[in-house]
Amino acid sequence: MSSLETPLHRVQGLGSSHSGVKHFWRQRVTAAALVPLAIWFAYAVLGLVGASEAQVLGFLTRSAFGVPVNAILMAALILIALYHMVLGLQVVIDDYVHGEGGKIALMLFVRAAALAVGASTIFALIRIAGPV
Amino acid sequence: MARARPLSPFLTIYGWYPTMASSIVHRVTGVGLALGTLLLAWWLIAVASGPEPYQVFRDVAASWLGQFILFGFTWALMFHLLNGIRHLAWDMGYGFTPAKANRNSWIVFILSVALAVGAFAVAYTGHGGYGA
Repeated sequence: MSSLETPLHRVQGLGSSHSGVKHFWRQRVTAAALVPLAIWFAYAVLGLVGASEAQVLGFLTRSAFGVPVNAILMAALILIALYHMVLGLQVVIDDYVHGEGGKIALMLFVRAAALAVGASTIFALIRIAGPV
Repeated sequence: MARARPLSPFLTIYGWYPTMASSIVHRVTGVGLALGTLLLAWWLIAVASGPEPYQVFRDVAASWLGQFILFGFTWALMFHLLNGIRHLAWDMGYGFTPAKANRNSWIVFILSVALAVGAFAVAYTGHGGYGA
């Protein structure tokens, strides 16, 4: 036996993190998706500087291909950005918080905050541009 | 007995170089943008809630503190976007030599400030709105 690694551990291919390259890969996929979404967002918000309520509502309810495309892009940006945020903050917490209890508590807080921001913004978008 | 023990090199021992700065700033802007999602949530919830809550958002955004925070958010978004693209290029094997990595870090710093200042220049000269 030339390795201390068990055969089961080796064929699972998950390494010492027990999750393989899942975190790394998801961070990159969300980053790649956020590049065009962030450019769209920056351009869109620049067009809404000092906008009245009616102008913002007009932007978010603007229809293309029969759907409120700006509201959908905004929802996609928010959900993917929050996923990317959870992955990124996990790395920061892993680096600086060494106690197991504090680490778990902070990670749960970050996920709860992401859920709260995601749910409330999607609810707001549906209220603005939804079918009802 | 108290005897001087060998110490591991701490932050102060290293000289600053561009890739070190861009790495640290990428993390700081990432955490900043995580807090920025709260601003985005506030904006969307305010728009969905009616004229008064939206007016409160507008007043705060137009104040000097609001403008300061929004400029920081804009620059953080531009930096994280540009440096993120640099990281994705790195992941594909481009720009790995120290000379190229340092040069690209400088480009990211300068371009991110230029884009943020440019965005505010567009807004302040009244060119921000759609056909406004």
